[in-house]
Amino acid sequence: MMDKPWNNKAWFFILPVLVLVLFSSVLPVMTVVNYSLQDSMGVNNFFWNGDAWFRDLLDPGTEIGARFADALLRTFAFSFAALAVEIPLGIAIALCLPRRGWAVGISLVITALPMLIPWNVVGTMWQIFARQDIGLFGAALTGIGLPYNVTQDSVSAWVTIVVIDVWHWTPLVILLSYAGLRAIPDAYYQAARIDGASRWAVFVNIELPKLQKVLVIAVLLRFMQTFMIYTEPVVVTGGGPGSATTFLSIDLVKIAIGQVDVGSAAAMSLVYYIIILTACWIFFTVMTQLERRGDS
Amino acid sequence: MRSTIAPRISLIIYLLALMLPVYWLINLSLRTNADIMSGMALWPHHPTLAKYRAIFADPTWVHAFGVSLSYVAINTVISVSVALPAAYAFNRYRFVGDKHLFFWLFTNLMAPSAVFALPFFNLFYAVGLFDTVWAVALAHCLFNVPLAVWILEGFVGGVPREIDETAAIDGYSFPRFFLRLFLPLIANGIGVTAFFCFMFSWVEQLLATTLTSSNALPFAAVMTRSYSASGMDWSLLAAAGVLTMVPGAVVIWFVRNHIAKGFALGRV
Repeated sequence: MMDKPWNNKAWFFILPVLVLVLFSSVLPVMTVVNYSLQDSMGVNNFFWNGDAWFRDLLDPGTEIGARFADALLRTFAFSFAALAVEIPLGIAIALCLPRRGWAVGISLVITALPMLIPWNVVGTMWQIFARQDIGLFGAALTGIGLPYNVTQDSVSAWVTIVVIDVWHWTPLVILLSYAGLRAIPDAYYQAARIDGASRWAVFVNIELPKLQKVLVIAVLLRFMQTFMIYTEPVVVTGGGPGSATTFLSIDLVKIAIGQVDVGSAAAMSLVYYIIILTACWIFFTVMTQLERRGDS
Repeated sequence: MRSTIAPRISLIIYLLALMLPVYWLINLSLRTNADIMSGMALWPHHPTLAKYRAIFADPTWVHAFGVSLSYVAINTVISVSVALPAAYAFNRYRFVGDKHLFFWLFTNLMAPSAVFALPFFNLFYAVGLFDTVWAVALAHCLFNVPLAVWILEGFVGGVPREIDETAAIDGYSFPRFFLRLFLPLIANGIGVTAFFCFMFSWVEQLLATTLTSSNALPFAAVMTRSYSASGMDWSLLAAAGVLTMVPGAVVIWFVRNHIAKGFALGRV
């Protein structure tokens, strides 16, 4: 790691990426910053508004502040619920996947398929699947006597969104864990067999520590994606019933495009983005620490 | 010898559960609306391809399918080609600000589309790209370029540095070395990266629908639109949904042997 040559000309290699990302990331973010500090009286008539949008947003006493706090809490709860199911399930299924033979290819293709379906199609698919009249899932749950109704009952709506996310994204955790498991040399397993270690002992002492790095990546990616969830709930529940499944992204789009309240939306965007950057930075630090420990 | 029956059964149950919603969609797509509304059926008793034929006969649907494929292709080509030199530089050299730059790129991977929808709309409207495939292709670079750099950097790291040095001693100029020797060595990595760019551009819909209105409307958006327009044509909706899975299934089949490695992002 340490013997990389110092060469500032390497910047030329980065230049194309830099130009592209400046255009597609920095420019839009600066536009948002601009909106967040101004108020508008009709088209193209802006005046300086200081930090007023932010003060309203972060004060739960105001209407927008209460709404933001609710959505934030809801989003965290959703991320937590989804991760709590997806990570253990993903590891468990990865352990079940065959290591070699004809079944590997077909299992991986089936596992990965949900991730390649456009997100609103995932929503549509589940909207149909969860209906009581024509959907298997809804009909089966109603059939066994559960009070299931996605559009009327907030518990049903919540459960459905979590089930969709688990269906949609556990494959990512599975494939990451599977890749990590395959990187463990056979010698480790042989040594364990000689020692007469139980299956559980092999998992705790060999597999889990070796999976640490991939699991950090898995948690990071899944946390970010659940925290930004938009398309599936919009299609399936439309954020309802009431505002039971109105997560941050949905609220943001409602305020920005539905109510054309650009100032509030921009302030909300920035706070939202800062939360994500902070989480990202924490994960990144943990990851590089792990890598450094792995190198030494 | 440890029993392998239990894991196998759990795996099969999981895969079946995974396929159930997909199967249900296929089931509905092969039935007529009257048939669907008349009652539940676990398989189509009178299968018909009428809705698929209707989709292929309608120029709006066919055009939209072409649009989706073209912005995904443009985006994949742009992302991979700009990311290649950057991945090489990040892996092989140290330079002013390298760590910060890498982290900053990484954060863009996590950028929430909802935050970017409105500014992108204004930006592309201002430069006259609104409602073209280029708008969507460029917007998707927001997360696909950093992703490509991240994955490729891992694959570049898998090539021993001695190869670069030997090539220099043998008198290869840098561009010739990079194009003729180095790229073939990481061909797998390029394939995996292209797959991921394809995947994230194909599935993303929030930006794709915000940045288009009629000319360059993606397939999945036409689907949502027909949804509200034609009342509830469940069967047509299901058939369109099934069609959106086809490109993904085809691409995934080609990279099936490298998927696992790619998911580890070449870094673990």
